[in-house]
Amino acid sequence: MKVQKLAELLGAKVLCGAEKLETAEVDYVYAADLMSDVLAFALPGTLLLTGLTNIQIIRTAQMLDLPAILFVRGKHPQEETVRLASQVGLPLLISDKSMYETSGIIFQAGVAPCPIPERGE
Amino acid sequence: MGAPYVVEFEIAKDDFLAAGEGSGSVKDTLKMLGIPSAVIRRAAIITYEAEMNLVIHGGGGVLKILISPEKVEIVARDDGPGIPDVELAMREGFSTAPDRIREMGFGAGMGLPNIKRNADSLEIESAVGVGTTLTASIDLSGEGGPA
Ligand SMILES: Nc1ncnc2c1ncn2[C@@H]1O[C@H](COP(=O)(O)OP(=O)(O)OP(=O)(O)O)[C@@H](O)[C@H]1O
Ligand SMILES: [Mg+2]
Repeated sequence: MKVQKLAELLGAKVLCGAEKLETAEVDYVYAADLMSDVLAFALPGTLLLTGLTNIQIIRTAQMLDLPAILFVRGKHPQEETVRLASQVGLPLLISDKSMYETSGIIFQAGVAPCPIPERGE
Repeated sequence: MGAPYVVEFEIAKDDFLAAGEGSGSVKDTLKMLGIPSAVIRRAAIITYEAEMNLVIHGGGGVLKILISPEKVEIVARDDGPGIPDVELAMREGFSTAPDRIREMGFGAGMGLPNIKRNADSLEIESAVGVGTTLTASIDLSGEGGPA
């Protein structure tokens, strides 16, 4: 699913990277507030849902080639976070819905969770 | 088989704004050298986790990447406090990170296990009061699928 479609579905606001919304493709979604968790499980093509707003979330996304980040429960990322994301062309979205609500809506729309290797996936 | 291509970065203590910049450049370098994307991904995860450990636990240090036709080797060295029990530190969930670090999304005690999972070999040499050297490498001979 395109990031644009997900943004519409959630009524999310776009903070930067608007030019990429029509092309950036989301294959999976991972929701986490732990960087190492994201680094362990997010595959390329994973949309990250998070409540973390510091600059390291952008670095993490860069390391993993994530297509976009969505900040939940209206948490506005720090200024340097948005600045780095704009520099590297990473779309940032913000939703006023909770992590649970956001996850539920996207799950219902049929986007797959990231496979967990320990479960043999 | 010539000398490896080497990139090196000084990593500053507790500098969360700059942390991850070194790993970002390493990723760009690997891309430029035409390293397979599965290897780049593993190397990026190892480098970033090692860099964050230098920033958070090691009191800063040096991050060095050696790229040869046989392997990509990542070395993170610091003169910090050292790790008293390396085997314990390697366990998933073990962390001594303070609360202010946890609030930023680190300190799950998953960095070293993540590094191990992504490396073909991993060696950690550490002495309390002296410092820590982590050496992780990825073989390039097997085209670099999952470790
Ligand atoms: N360079 C280092 N110098 C001193 N201690 C270290 C160093 N690297 C790791 N450690 C110790 O090993 C522990 C485990 O490291 P690990 O990277 O697995 O987890 P973490 O950094 O605490 O959390 P996470 O990586 O999930 O954010 C650390 O909490 C710290 O006590
Ligand atoms: Mg760590």
